[in-house]
Parts: sequence; C-alpha cells; structure tokens
Amino acid sequence: MRTERVSGVALALLAVVVLEECWRSRLPLGTLATPGPAYVPVVLALALLAAGVLVAALGRDAATLAAAGWREWRHVVAIVLTCAFVALALERLGYRITMTLACAFLVGVIERKGVVSTLLLSVGLAAGTYFLFDTLLRVQLPRGPLGL
Amino acid sequence: MLETLGNLGLGFSVALSPSILLYAFLGCLVGTLVGVLPGVGPLAGISLLLPATFGLDATRAIVMLAGIYYGAMYGGSTTSILMRIPGEAASVMTCIDGYAMARQGRGGAALAIAAVGSYVAGTVSVVGLMLLAPPLATFALRFGPPEYVALLLLGLFVLAYMSSGSMLKSLAMAAFGLLLGMVGIDQMSGYFRFAYGVVELGDGLGVVPVAVGLFGVAEILSTAGQGTPPQVVKPRLRELLPSRTEWRESAAPIGRGTVLGFLIGILPGSAHIISSFVSYAVEKRLSRHPERFGHGAVAGVAGPESANNSATSGAMVPMLALGVPSGPIPAVMLAAMMVHGVSPGPLLIQQQPALFWGFVASMYVGNVVLLILNLPLVGLFVNILRVPYPYLYPAILVFSMLGVYAVNGSVVDVWIMLIMGVLGWVLRKLDFETAPVVLGLVLAPMIELSLRQSLAMSDGHYGIFVQRPIAAALLGVALLLVILNLLAFVRRRLDWRARLALAEKGEETS
Repeated sequence: MRTERVSGVALALLAVVVLEECWRSRLPLGTLATPGPAYVPVVLALALLAAGVLVAALGRDAATLAAAGWREWRHVVAIVLTCAFVALALERLGYRITMTLACAFLVGVIERKGVVSTLLLSVGLAAGTYFLFDTLLRVQLPRGPLGL
Repeated sequence: MLETLGNLGLGFSVALSPSILLYAFLGCLVGTLVGVLPGVGPLAGISLLLPATFGLDATRAIVMLAGIYYGAMYGGSTTSILMRIPGEAASVMTCIDGYAMARQGRGGAALAIAAVGSYVAGTVSVVGLMLLAPPLATFALRFGPPEYVALLLLGLFVLAYMSSGSMLKSLAMAAFGLLLGMVGIDQMSGYFRFAYGVVELGDGLGVVPVAVGLFGVAEILSTAGQGTPPQVVKPRLRELLPSRTEWRESAAPIGRGTVLGFLIGILPGSAHIISSFVSYAVEKRLSRHPERFGHGAVAGVAGPESANNSATSGAMVPMLALGVPSGPIPAVMLAAMMVHGVSPGPLLIQQQPALFWGFVASMYVGNVVLLILNLPLVGLFVNILRVPYPYLYPAILVFSMLGVYAVNGSVVDVWIMLIMGVLGWVLRKLDFETAPVVLGLVLAPMIELSLRQSLAMSDGHYGIFVQRPIAAALLGVALLLVILNLLAFVRRRLDWRARLALAEKGEETS
C-alpha cells in the first residue's frame, strides 16, 4: 500500500462523512443568495473529496506505508494512553495527583528510570507547575480529594 | 513622518514602563528557552504560555507573547550552531555553517554574529513594520466582504504554494483546517454543526489545543524513544568576539537578510522558515567563495539568522494592519489578542494607539534585551539540552496538557489536543504539512462570514469576486500560483520549492 493512496482515500472518506453529517443533521443548504449553514461545509467537503481523489490517483510512485517508519509506535501508544488518563482523571483526582501519576508512569515505567529520580521529577513537576500557574498566575486548576 | 515619530514616542512611554519591561524580558527569556528546546517551536511555545497571560492586561500579554516569538528565533540558533540541532525549523540552515564554524573553534564567533545579525534585523525590520502597517491599515478600510474572501483565500494558496511539499496536499490540509473551523454554532443561523452533542464544541475547536496537538504533541510522539542527548560544544565568554574579517564578511549578508526576511515575512506562508532558506541560497549565489558554504562560511550564518528574525516583524504587518494572519504563528498571536479583547485590523491603530505603538516600541526594547540576554547566558541555555530526553519529554507533555486545559478549564480541549497530536504524527509520516490546518482553522469563520455576506450582496452571483478590482487582482495572484505549480508538475522538473524540500530533508537526515 502506498502512502498517497491511503491518505487520498482517507481524505475522500472524511469528505463523505462531512457530506453525510450535513444531510443526516438536516443542515439547510440555503440558496446562492442566502447560503445556509451547510453551504460552506458542503463546498469544502467537495473540494476535499476532489483533492483526496487526486492525491490517490497521482500517488502511484509514492513510498510504501511500511517505508514511512513506525518504529516508535510503542512509545506513541504509551504517551497517548497517558494523555487519555490525564483527560479522564484531571477533574476527578485533581491536577497534582493526576500529573504526578502520569509523569511517574512515563519516567518510571516507560523510560525505566530509577525510583528516586522518577519520584523527584514527577512530584516536583506537578507541585512546581501547580504553584506557578495556580498560586502565582491565578490560573485555576482542578483540586481532587482532600483538596489536593 | 513627524506623526509617526510622535506615535513612537507614545509607544516608548508605554514600552519603557517597568512592568512592560518586565514582561518583555520574561517573554524573551521564555522564548529563548522555547527556541533552544528541540520540538517546542514558537507556535507551541506561544500556545502553551497563553493561559499564563490571562491575568494580564492586553498590552502586557501581547508584549510578552511577541517576546516569546522573537526570543524563539534567537534561541533556535544556539542549538543549531553548537549541536547541529535546529531548535526550530527556521534554524535549519544555520546548522550547516554554524556547526562547521563551531567545529573549527569559532562557535563563539558564530553565536555572536547570529545574535548581532538577529539584533540588527529585528530592529531595522520594526522600522519597516512601523512605516508600512499604518498606510496598509488605511488602504484596508476600502475592503468589503468580497475583498476579504479573496485576501484570505490568497493567504491559504500562498501558504500551500510556499510549503516544501505538494501544493495539492497542502491545499487539502487547508480545506481540512477550514472544515475543522466549521465545528460549533453557525454565526449567522445559530445551527449547531458537527458537535455530536458535545456542548463544549459550541464555540468551535480552539486554536490552542489544535496547534499544541499538531506541533507540540506530534513532535513528542515522533521523537520519544530517543536515547542520550547529543554532545554539546560549550564556548567560553572570551571566545564570543568575532575577528575583524568575520565582522566584515557578515555585514552585507546581515543587510540583505534583513530586507529579504522582512519582505518574505509580509507574504503568507511559513515566512521565517522560507526566508532563512532563500537568504542562504542568495548568499551562496552572491559569494566570491561559494565553495566555503557548508564548511563554515560566515555569510551562511549571518544571512539566514538575520532573515528569520526580520521575517518575524514582517509577519506582524498583515496581522496588525489587516487582521489577517500570514501563517500559523501570527494566527495563534491573533487568537491570543482576541482572547484579550483586542481585534487586530484596520481600526486597531486608530482606536488603540497606545497598544499598537507600545507593542512596536517593545519590539525595539525586546531586541536589546535579547542581545544582552543571549550572549553571556549562552552556556546556561545550552545546559538544558544536557537533560536526557526521557526526562525532558514528560515535562514538555505536562506543560502541553496544563496549557491546553487552562485556556478554557475544559478536559474536552485535552482530548482535542490528544487527537490532533496523533493526527499530526500520522500526517508527518504521510508527508503532509500541518501548518495549513492551523491557518485554515483560524481563517474559517472569517472566510465563511465574508463569503456568505458577499453572496448576499450580489444576490448569489459569484461574479462579484471578479467585478471588484482588488478582489479580482488578489484571486488572479492565487490562480497564477496554481498555474505555476501545475507548470512545474507538467514539466516534471524540480522547481525552487522542491529543491528547498530536498535540502531540508537532506539536512534532517545527515
């Protein structure tokens, strides 16, 4: 599979999804003189569809998907899961606990660094950024159980 | 001219107040750190630090964010010269001769030339900004909705044309960015579009989570898993003074880089990156010793470094005078200004002269701060790069999530950042540019509103875009760019953009 073929098809599919959503949610297209809320999205989706088809059609000589190099995928999965954890836990556990856990997971588990350096960095970073933003700059950050 | 000087006096009275000076200094300091760190370019830096400015008034906030922008331009050169790692993309060309000079024991001189060149370019280009922005703003008062549609479309076409990859793919990314900008409540009818029941999406996708995701998180995903940091050359303070020959060889390239950078900066596109590549090519072409390029040519450092700093001021011209960002970084700056209740555009200079002229004057002050800050403290900044990446990237990630969350206090923004991060990583693998996505997202509401107003004005006739001279001229230039691109494609010849892309890739892989 060629990169351009895959990306071209993905772009075209995205355009179809936008067109389908406009139709499904009954967004009025309006008229040329009074364009409705679906007018510009439909025009853009059609342009994206055309671009996707062209990218796929002209991508005969592009590199293969495997040649793009995906060797860092394990790190990617770990980082994505960590960010997802933060998004889920931030307003439940509070900023300091969530960031300490996330940072400790990345440094201690994924990067296999020592316990002391992991603890120092994760606690220090979570507490330090909280102090800087919440206390000094008055950007309100979520607190969890026991006000942490 | 007298009026301009009077206004500048007003600006300096604002810029030299102790609190503004403090924020200019803070912005420059943070910007330098942002520029030094690979992967945290000025775009992600400004986005991340935006929440930290919420407690400030508009002038202090804008001065600080601008300090981050041009501080990052300065900082990027340090790692390029001493480690052959471009802190941000505009410093790629400095790597070649800057690092060669460092290996010959002239790293300190290269740093000094880069700093002085950046200072001269930064200062002179602010004069250009000062002289050009007010008349351009007056001219822009003639613009109606059709002219704005044409101008905004031209911006996207120029960015796509200037990008190092395929114009078709860049335009597809611009269309994708525009579609992202359609999410949320329609300004004219009140309909909810593409929100899938998520109330937080009513206001649309924020520029900050999208930009931090596509640039910051995507960079972390691409580079995580790297081992030990590279070796650092640490120059001594007394080695910083260039020789008389080196000063002489750098003078003309600094002058040319300044003019070139400012002119390219005004044009839409990733101006600071393109300007450094073009400046390098020009210097090599004009040099009596082109064979020295790649082996420590002073002009190869002085020209590109001056050009990318000058382009920073150039990029402010359309943003401040027209309210139209010329690239993703001015787009985020524009969004930041709007957060602070400032609407850049033709009326800004008339309605908020203290802010505009204070901002201009703070750029002069910022350039002096950067010169003082960068040379003596270069060793300190370089030490940051000795922190192993396995410790550094979790810290950057924490700042990214914190910055994104703090803008609206919403975890939905953290999810958007995450999705955009993965998307940005995949797009890089597939050789797509992500800058048009951010620009498209910012321009989408303006383009949609102006297009619908234009069609309402003309009773649905698209002819309005060719009947009005300014709109027709702007669209004509956009069409010309498409034709130029098609010509290169049909002839199957590498044009200057393809050669530039090859040079960039070659530098990254070598």
